[in-house]
Amino acid sequence: MPERNRRPSGAPMRRGPMGRGPMGGGMGSGQKANDMGGAIRKLVAYCRNYVVWIVLAMLFAAGGAVLTIIGPDQISRLTDYIYDGLSSTIDMDGIRSVALLLVGIYLTSAVLSFLQHFIMQTVTQYTSRRLRGDIDMKINRLPLKYFTEGAIGDVLSRMTNDVDMIGQALSNSLATMVTSVAQFIGCLIMMYYTNWVMATTTVVATIVGLVLMVVIMSHSQKYFTARQESLGDLNGYIEEMYNGHDIIRISNAEEEVLEKFGSLNQRVKDANFYSQFLSGLMQPLMTFIGNVGYVAVCIVGAALIINGDITFGVITAFLIYTRLFEQPLRQIAQSMTQVQSCAAAAERVFDFLDEEEMEDETAKTKQIGKVNGTVEFSHVKFAYPSAPEKEIIHDFSAKVKPGQKVAIVGPTGAGKTTMVNLLMRFFETTGGRILIDGVPTTELSRQNVHDQFGMVLQDTWLFEGTVRENLVYNTEGVTEEQMICACKACGIHHFISALPHGYDTVLSDNTAISAGQKQLMTIARAMIQNSPMLILDEATSSVDTRTEIITQQAMDKLTSNRTSFVIAHRLSTIKNADIILVMRGGDIVEQGNHEELLAKGGFYADLYNSQFEETA
Amino acid sequence: MIKIFRNMKSRDVWLSVLCLLLVCGQVYFDLKLPDYTAEITVLISSEVTEMSEYITSGAKMLGCALCSALLTVVVGFFAARIASDFSFDVREKLFRKVSAFGSAEIKKFSTASLITRTTNDITQIQMIIAMGLQMMLRAPIMAVWAIIKIVGKSWQLSAVVAAAVAVVVVSLVVLLTVMIPKFRIVQKQIDDVNRLTEENLSGIRVVRAFNAEKYQENKFEKANGSLMKTQLFTGRGMAFLSPIMMFVQSAVSVGIYYVGAVLINDITIPMDGTAEAMMAAVAERGVLLGEVVSFSSYALYVIMSFVMLLMIFMMLPRAQVSANRINEVLDTEVSVKEGIANGSDETGSIEFKDVSFRYPDASEDCLKHISFTAKKGETVAFIGATGSGKSTLVNLASRLYDATDGEILIDGKEIKEYTFETLYEKVGLVPQKAVLFADSVKENVSFGNCGRNVTDEDVDEALDIAQATDFVQALDDGVNSRIAQGGMNVSGGQKQRLSIARAIARKPEILILDDTFSALDYATDKRLRKRIATDCGDMTCLIVAQRVGTIRGADRIVVLDEGEVVGMGTHDELMANCPVYKEIALSQLSEAELA
Repeated sequence: MPERNRRPSGAPMRRGPMGRGPMGGGMGSGQKANDMGGAIRKLVAYCRNYVVWIVLAMLFAAGGAVLTIIGPDQISRLTDYIYDGLSSTIDMDGIRSVALLLVGIYLTSAVLSFLQHFIMQTVTQYTSRRLRGDIDMKINRLPLKYFTEGAIGDVLSRMTNDVDMIGQALSNSLATMVTSVAQFIGCLIMMYYTNWVMATTTVVATIVGLVLMVVIMSHSQKYFTARQESLGDLNGYIEEMYNGHDIIRISNAEEEVLEKFGSLNQRVKDANFYSQFLSGLMQPLMTFIGNVGYVAVCIVGAALIINGDITFGVITAFLIYTRLFEQPLRQIAQSMTQVQSCAAAAERVFDFLDEEEMEDETAKTKQIGKVNGTVEFSHVKFAYPSAPEKEIIHDFSAKVKPGQKVAIVGPTGAGKTTMVNLLMRFFETTGGRILIDGVPTTELSRQNVHDQFGMVLQDTWLFEGTVRENLVYNTEGVTEEQMICACKACGIHHFISALPHGYDTVLSDNTAISAGQKQLMTIARAMIQNSPMLILDEATSSVDTRTEIITQQAMDKLTSNRTSFVIAHRLSTIKNADIILVMRGGDIVEQGNHEELLAKGGFYADLYNSQFEETA
Repeated sequence: MIKIFRNMKSRDVWLSVLCLLLVCGQVYFDLKLPDYTAEITVLISSEVTEMSEYITSGAKMLGCALCSALLTVVVGFFAARIASDFSFDVREKLFRKVSAFGSAEIKKFSTASLITRTTNDITQIQMIIAMGLQMMLRAPIMAVWAIIKIVGKSWQLSAVVAAAVAVVVVSLVVLLTVMIPKFRIVQKQIDDVNRLTEENLSGIRVVRAFNAEKYQENKFEKANGSLMKTQLFTGRGMAFLSPIMMFVQSAVSVGIYYVGAVLINDITIPMDGTAEAMMAAVAERGVLLGEVVSFSSYALYVIMSFVMLLMIFMMLPRAQVSANRINEVLDTEVSVKEGIANGSDETGSIEFKDVSFRYPDASEDCLKHISFTAKKGETVAFIGATGSGKSTLVNLASRLYDATDGEILIDGKEIKEYTFETLYEKVGLVPQKAVLFADSVKENVSFGNCGRNVTDEDVDEALDIAQATDFVQALDDGVNSRIAQGGMNVSGGQKQRLSIARAIARKPEILILDDTFSALDYATDKRLRKRIATDCGDMTCLIVAQRVGTIRGADRIVVLDEGEVVGMGTHDELMANCPVYKEIALSQLSEAELA
């Protein structure tokens, strides 16, 4: 639920993924694109496969609108028949034929409108699906550095809110715009064709109303923004305070918090009131203007009838025209805001889709198969591309023989995980080379590199799916025996068997598994994968010490005869490593095995001894 | 739904009643309009040549329109007032309630759910009130009144309107009964798509390490495809809606004019009769024509009212759900209540007397018969496997939960006797998960109220003890630097150190550290413990830890296993006689190191 993204704080909080129901709606988020034209152009290019359909739908929309406009003309004939026959006999045949014609017109118009909606809905849903699919695939093609903290909410928000926004604009605004423009122009022509005096009357009355509306709209905009902002602030505050509930309680801070909440709440209340009231003004105002137009048409019409310039039917027709004329203008205004929000959304989506991807490797043909497990770091340098002047790893060299256990230790922020990321080519080195069995990793495809390593990480990543799916995860040709064997080795076979459906139990948030069991499952997963080398990144730090013994045993089984890289907080876990690399501030400050390093009495020895020193 | 309105202030209730009256007036004027339309039509059809008559009728009509518009504005004003007042009040009540909750209640609802209840659900309710006061009141009044107006006039014309309403209602009901279940499915499928994306993002390193990109993409495509199918169905289904509505509205006018023409034609003009009779018949026809014209307006009102009613019926269930969710929170009894004592004779002592605790809805006690004491200045440490009840124990000591059985005494008095203010002046807790607020470092450290002023010097000193001075000074504005929401701009270890500083700045009698060293490296951990020992020597310390190294100097170590005390004593004593402790210790240090 908490949605954090990289937009500066103070930007209006957007709807959460669950925010909108079927009949929701209301005003757009009011965000504007930096380059509206560019965003729209990209969207159009994206939809080019459907262009024929879209054009067809627009033709239907325009056709429907034109038919709606012909309607009043026929209604006017209908009333003329009645009016003419008022003092003698009404020409019922004439009326019948006009009525039938009208029903035909309205029916055709309805069918056209339905077809247009149908086509546009179809186009929208296919486009939305493609957008979502493309975003998802993009995730896997982006370099890891893109996904810093907060990126998850951001990507999710693009996937749901922004695609949703684009979809709405596609399915509504486009057709509305076309219909409205057609209706507006058609109406204008028909009105002036019928009677220019009456036409001018209608136009003037409508325009006065519109001007008023625009004034109110532009005036109320700031209250809408204020509402979004204050609501965003308040919701953010609520989220924060609920998450820190215990702290507030034990800090005796209730009064302080309530006071701040009260003032934020008050701001929301005021903004709510103004924005609601002002938006509520619109509808009565428009109705009133409509009525003014109506009366104006009646009075001017009456004057014209008295002069014998027009027939009674013309008035009837104009009464409908006033409505048809004012409607498209209002709709255009409304669609414009939607188009704006859509452009902003499209911009965000396409920005993401246009992010620079990882280097294409289809040209790389070099492959390594079953490796021995020699790994060599040769003068490796690394700096984040965003801060090239700030080197994180400076000139690191080391040689690892097959089957050796390499431990990387050091304080937080020393660059331990970065080393692993470089080894896996999640990040690319800025200098130097890493060689596996003598082959530089850059000459291999990333996929080939990944195949060489099994990985167990600190966050026990399990997904909603069966235990089996989680264990076998994307490894092909795993037999039931192999899986069970791995689980037995990790000591979780018994526990899994005790689950309601054994290996087919679906793991979800509600499944009762402890952190330790989760960790053991990820170890079993790496075991099943059976890669020549292993990376264990803080694999036991979320596990308590007693569970750790079991985990440790499982990991020892996993690491035997495999070249392995172990990052650990608890130095006890890595004492038996063949090489310990001690990192500090991006440098390997010491290198050797446990005894050597202790004897040296340097940073490692300090680090190691600090856990035993007495205090108090 | 009704229940939640009990939270409305009486002033707002009266305003709502006023709104009802005003809406009646508004409907009255709205429905008066077609009468004047008819009047003008009659004027035209009877070929009145007096312009002033048209102007009078027009003026009357405009007057009506103006009154209606004004009333709508006034109703809108009150509705906005009531809705924003109401949501303000309920939100405040909810927030206060949640603030008073103990951890048990928070856990019962989950923080995420409480957040949605206080934000989204209230917005839902507010929307329904604002719309409700305008639409919900208006639609039924309008429908009934408009029907009354037309029903006496001509059954034939009424039948046309009735048919139109029937078509609208039936098609809407059919459409919505088919669609609404699908909308629910759409919600679920959107959640699935989100879940899979989140899964892919949070496990991105694993996904890549396993070369499982395709695997994830296939899963996603499946969910994406089903979402599209359902949305295609609902989208196409809803494509019927507006054409049907448009058609009915247009067709009903044609129908009324046609039936009207037949009716008018049925009034025979006696061609061979007297001039008066002829004139009378023509006049009668004129009146009927006027009626036909006004009828077509009424018909639209009736149809629109029904559409509105249906919309409301659709929105109500959603609002109902929100209202229930809010009520649920408001109705929850707070389990941890404060006492009245605000002082004590002793300082710095804490004692557990045969304390047991069971989480609500759990089948087994999570802590069983725990007893221990800590005197002023002593350090008592707790160690044990995850799930052994260490954190629960310190949560009981800080009254986030109340013990199910037994007594906890602080400074010789039962913990429940103290007011919260007094209790939390005595007890300072550093929870396992460090929580920081979006505010300056200083505000975070001096957060809350501890019975005295936390000075800048106190803040600096606390930061220093907590080993946070170095990195705080490296921030752009030192202690005035802002912490981002959720502490996003500081590392886990830094968060923990600030959280420790916050507790120390309060200078509590009893300092409780719940596994707060886990994100710190050993060197920092060591320096921090040293400073606490020297600078907070008169504080009683309860420390939960996982590393034996962290606690081996404690006055007393309590070893917990599955909620029970399996050993208590100093490090050396426990090494000699507590197998569980020895096992833990040996897993971390070798025999030689322990000697």
